[in-house]
Amino acid sequence: MNLYEKTAYDAAMALEKKEVTSVELVESVLGRISEVEKNVKGFIHLIERETILEEAREIDRLRAKGQRSSILAGVPMALKDNMCTMGIPTTCASRILEDYRPPYNAHVTEKLQQAGTVLIGKANMDEFAMGSSTENSAFYPTHNPWDTNRVPGGSSGGSAALVAADEVFFSLGSDTGGSVRQPASLCGVVGLKPTYGLVSRYGLIAFASSLDQIGPLTKDVRDCAMVLEIIAGNDSRDSTSVPREKESYSSYLGRDIKGFKVAMPKEYFQEGIEEAVRESVMNAVVLCIKLGVEVEEVSMPHTSYALPCYYLVGTAEASSNLARYDGVQYGFRAPDQDNLIELYLKTRSQGFGSEVKRRIMLGTYALSSGYYDAYYLNSLKARTLIRQDFENVFQNYDLIITPTSPSPAFVRGERLDDPLTMYLSDIYTTTANLAGVPAISIPCGLADGLPVGLQIIGRPFDEGRMLQFCFALEKMLGFKGLKPKISADGVLKDVS
Amino acid sequence: MSPEYEVVIGLEVHVELLTESKIFCSCPNRFGEAPNTNVCPVCLGLPGSLPVFNESVLELAVRASLALNCTVSSYSKFDRKNYFYPDLPKAYQVSQYDFPLAKEGFLDLLKDGRSIRKVRIERLHLEEDAGKLIHDQKESISYVDYNRCGVPLVEIVTAPDLRSPGEAHLFLDWLKKILLYTGVSDCKMEEGSLRCDANISLRPSGTETLGRKVEIKNMNSFRAVQKGLEYEVIRQKQILRAGGRVAMETRRWDEEKGVTAEMRGKEEAHDYRYFPEPDLPPLMLDENFLSRMKGELPELPEKRYLRFMESYGLSPYQAEIITSSKNLADFFEDTLLHYPHSQKVSNWLTGELFGLLKTSVKEIDDIPLTPLHLGELLKILDEGTLSSTLAKEVLEESFLSGKLPREIVQEKGLLQISGEKELLLIVEDVINNYPAAVKDYSDGNKKAVGFLVGQAMKQTRGQANPQVITELFKKRLGK
Amino acid sequence: MNVSKKEVEHVAALARLALSEEEKILYTDQFNVILEYIHRLNELNLENIDPMTHVQQLRNVLRKDIAKGSEKELVVRILEESPGKEKEKGFFSVPPVIEGFEMEE
Ligand SMILES: [Mg+2]
Ligand SMILES: [Zn+2]
Repeated sequence: MNLYEKTAYDAAMALEKKEVTSVELVESVLGRISEVEKNVKGFIHLIERETILEEAREIDRLRAKGQRSSILAGVPMALKDNMCTMGIPTTCASRILEDYRPPYNAHVTEKLQQAGTVLIGKANMDEFAMGSSTENSAFYPTHNPWDTNRVPGGSSGGSAALVAADEVFFSLGSDTGGSVRQPASLCGVVGLKPTYGLVSRYGLIAFASSLDQIGPLTKDVRDCAMVLEIIAGNDSRDSTSVPREKESYSSYLGRDIKGFKVAMPKEYFQEGIEEAVRESVMNAVVLCIKLGVEVEEVSMPHTSYALPCYYLVGTAEASSNLARYDGVQYGFRAPDQDNLIELYLKTRSQGFGSEVKRRIMLGTYALSSGYYDAYYLNSLKARTLIRQDFENVFQNYDLIITPTSPSPAFVRGERLDDPLTMYLSDIYTTTANLAGVPAISIPCGLADGLPVGLQIIGRPFDEGRMLQFCFALEKMLGFKGLKPKISADGVLKDVS
Repeated sequence: MSPEYEVVIGLEVHVELLTESKIFCSCPNRFGEAPNTNVCPVCLGLPGSLPVFNESVLELAVRASLALNCTVSSYSKFDRKNYFYPDLPKAYQVSQYDFPLAKEGFLDLLKDGRSIRKVRIERLHLEEDAGKLIHDQKESISYVDYNRCGVPLVEIVTAPDLRSPGEAHLFLDWLKKILLYTGVSDCKMEEGSLRCDANISLRPSGTETLGRKVEIKNMNSFRAVQKGLEYEVIRQKQILRAGGRVAMETRRWDEEKGVTAEMRGKEEAHDYRYFPEPDLPPLMLDENFLSRMKGELPELPEKRYLRFMESYGLSPYQAEIITSSKNLADFFEDTLLHYPHSQKVSNWLTGELFGLLKTSVKEIDDIPLTPLHLGELLKILDEGTLSSTLAKEVLEESFLSGKLPREIVQEKGLLQISGEKELLLIVEDVINNYPAAVKDYSDGNKKAVGFLVGQAMKQTRGQANPQVITELFKKRLGK
Repeated sequence: MNVSKKEVEHVAALARLALSEEEKILYTDQFNVILEYIHRLNELNLENIDPMTHVQQLRNVLRKDIAKGSEKELVVRILEESPGKEKEKGFFSVPPVIEGFEMEE
């Protein structure tokens, strides 16, 4: 087994037992990257080899002295390119921030740095996290390691593909309407969107502030718990970060899940779901029952309003959050402008890609006078109803089980000209963002050789029990160990 | 005969709050520093930065609300006001829209000792200040300094209750006094920490509907506010008398030319697309907090003004100047603890002491002289052992050194000599030394006694009681 | 409710985006498709529903009023990254603000 194939936990254990060094882990993933990255295109920016190795050496030195800052110290990882890294390009996959190097670190960057993990590079994404396929990157699309003609999902497609292709041991993504879970589902990895307020957004370049959350993308559930433990926690620089006691998520793993009550909302199995996805998810449901879990069908009547609601709330906030990119203080400034208004118009028109412009326009429209009540205000009211659906279900059930995405990875280019169909990729994931509740996607099987994701949604701050549940289920699902057979020349081998 | 038009004025006042740090970040809230030195990722609106609300801003704004008799909202929230301008780095200003911090207050406009109008305050809300743009016409470039960006502001909006430019000026005087008393702001208009825009319209006297209003900006002093409005009253009257219609617009006061002119550009009608600020949780203020804040309020200037007239028998004029600042009014009342004659204290305070403050360009609270000093001096004066000329000298000495008056009087031997025995010796001495003047007097020039008294005063360094010594000369030389 | 090209132009002006003629037509079409989908919200009876303006129950999240001098190096770095002229004087800069220019919003 190659080192890069290990989970983050196994790599950490090998470090702990002094079977490997961080330098060796880094060498291994860098080797892997040089083989497959040209076919995956998961990175926007790779940090210089020597810089990474120096960091790894330092961590090895400290570890030799018996000082390690966390269990994951020395483990290589990647960050989505919308998380600020001081002095290291942070572009949001946009021309408008192409050369931007932030003067400070995001909270999560700091946390992972303090934990001693090794940053390999910044992961590709849809521009400003707007998209479900990573085709909206201003630079190049990322390919799905399971089938390089297909999309990895989005917007954290780079983060998911890098983990799936064993180019890093784990990564962070951000999830505004499913941007961690949907690519996790399409790439066959684990992706968690924490409760709104659990992970500080300080230094996460905002798309839609009331929906954005940062979450881990990992090879399995245990890794997810470990990474979450590092990044979760109160941060006084984010006013929406909730003050709570730190939790040990790993300690939930391995506990019995017998007696858990799980709701299966019928609305998530209706609109547009592909048969293979339904089958895969239903298999998982059967397994749950075998594990002694009570599964019952419920109704969440406002589910179908989530996507329209999401597209109003999300674009409205985005139109305001993205107004600051005007060429005045940082980032791209269009050449040849004689006056201020030209500076604005040219910079923004040349700097933003078409999906970003479309959403800025939609959000501006929803907020503009005359339309505010009909669109924006109504979407906030609908949001209340969607949250109430969750509150009602959680009165009687511990968790909710649904598919993550209505379909497995689709072919690149297929949905590009049809924004609405593209938007429908997020139909099962936006609800959790609107309600602010945590949700995780774990791989539950293959459909025509492509991974299918299962979504588990929990009560606010109930990540521990969600992970407990997923850990138990993961063992039974038999997906673990399946790998995309992407080879150095980009040709896929048969899945064993 | 009543005037043909009634003037209707409402004000919008922006006040910068006296905090240590900015509203949403820890940058210092300070005026007059090198450009872009008090800035950070948050107030520069760098990607990924987030706001955290300053607790002093809340307290000062609540204090201002209570002092203006407003109802402080139990629930209020922040909103984003979206517009593009280079002095606004995020391209939105965090403000408050439909749930402001406070509503429905009033300010009692006092003049000549009585209330002339109750001016309603419609709302008071929190917001952040913008940066400053410096236009360089020659280089055809504009520079931006973001030091002021994120300085905490309250915006105070009055109802259209003011009826003349003079009332607008008076309103600002009182508002400033209230904000100074409560420590909410330093209200330095020249530094921009208090800024005022005005809405003005005219309507035929006796009618109730509001006329078409004009907004005036760029008035940089209270006087400018009054003058700008006065100009506007005349301009609008002319239009109306000629049968015209006043255009609803924003006009700019041109201080140099003394006119208002139509304003164009960024102040045009905007679609601000307000919506709730998702990065800041709302504010919920309970009764406990509000009553504690109420309890901490000082006596407000209107109340004090009326009380000083009533309790101390001061004239409206005296009461006004003594209550013009809290420290001054405190000084007055503290002096009364040592010397309970309000009229005398008032005279000395507004006379001699004001003179000294003025020439030294100092405030009452940054001099070593305390109420104890003034009280003691007035007591000595009453004892009749110190001339009022000397008392003024003693006051000045006290003012500069902080020494107590008795100490100064003793050190310099300034006590008045009124004893006849002692003074007779001096009289004899002067008569011996100035025979010519004595002869002059004896020859009938009665004015010569003035010269002799002068000499006696000189010899005693002013300590001789002038009345007593004049009598002694007259007695000695015969009438 | 149909969105016209004119409205798209108005919104683009508000958002400070210059659209090409093709983009205007494309966005108008796409807007109509997306908004039609969004209009399913009208099926809901929202009359007595409170809008969800914030996700959590957090209230009065306050910071102590303590001033920290800004980090000089950080400011220098920010200015260096800025696209305007005259950075060495400590200024950000923009082309002239034209008095009297009105954006058609
Ligand atoms: Mg304002
Ligand atoms: Zn700052």
